[in-house]
Amino acid sequence: MASTAGPASHEVQPSARDRRLAHYAAAAIAAALVEAAIPSPLPGVKPGLANVVILIVLARHGWRDAVWVSVLRVIAGSLLAGQFLAPGFFLAASGALCSLLVLGALQAVSWRWLGPVGRSVAAAFAHIGGQLLLARAWLVPHDGLFNLAPVFFAAALLFGVVNGVVAARLMERNPQ
Amino acid sequence: MTVVRPGDWLVIAAGLAATVATAASQWGQAAPAHAQVRLDGRVVAELPLTGRHRVSIDGALSSRGPTVIEVEPGRARVAADPGPRQYCVLQGWLTRAGSVAVCAPSHVTLQLTGAGSMPDTVAF
Repeated sequence: MASTAGPASHEVQPSARDRRLAHYAAAAIAAALVEAAIPSPLPGVKPGLANVVILIVLARHGWRDAVWVSVLRVIAGSLLAGQFLAPGFFLAASGALCSLLVLGALQAVSWRWLGPVGRSVAAAFAHIGGQLLLARAWLVPHDGLFNLAPVFFAAALLFGVVNGVVAARLMERNPQ
Repeated sequence: MTVVRPGDWLVIAAGLAATVATAASQWGQAAPAHAQVRLDGRVVAELPLTGRHRVSIDGALSSRGPTVIEVEPGRARVAADPGPRQYCVLQGWLTRAGSVAVCAPSHVTLQLTGAGSMPDTVAF
């Protein structure tokens, strides 16, 4: 399309980083949508496939980019699923926020010593922890909710390890 | 570089420990301490769930017989009741803190009390 823009208008030129972030965010959103179609016996128990993408971004491009992809995933994913500003959106946002904070803190630890698997497990626990705290404070104001915590934690451990191994293998196979 | 690195094992172990510890603390037996028997809402007997006891209560249907509460270490039940439908008797042994057997026709209730009393129902 020929540009007829006058001198006062601006055309946003996406940088290479913008394109990269959009690329990763698209993958994360797709993973989140695929996952939304999988029935779960218990709300909150989900594989968290999108986190594979977040882990790869974290390993390759650092924490700031991981935050971008995660934020885009939560907002765009919820818009596409029709969940924007619904309770599930706030749960996802609080989980994502907590896991990003933990991943940010763990950036101080060498990747040689702590790889994608450990980070994935830590982030999964932070994710469900953040969700549980918000749910307790807002949606189910009763300590009975914590009766389910062991189930959530076991799922976090399992899916954390699986996602971490998947992310590590994907990076092994596609070295940069 | 290996897929699973030393620190990963540490995080996995910590996650496992957290899961087991939460399971133990959340799902461990909330040991009931007492069996509380009420007649018309007033506490008429409070029995420790340590020994064996048998208590007869003359409830609203006392002309047809007493309500008999039986306590064994860690559990209690309504052993007999003159009520027509026997719901509280059929409920059997109560073992968890907070659980209740109600003999409505007799106006008698049996409830286990304890530190970890749980709600009857959580709806949301």
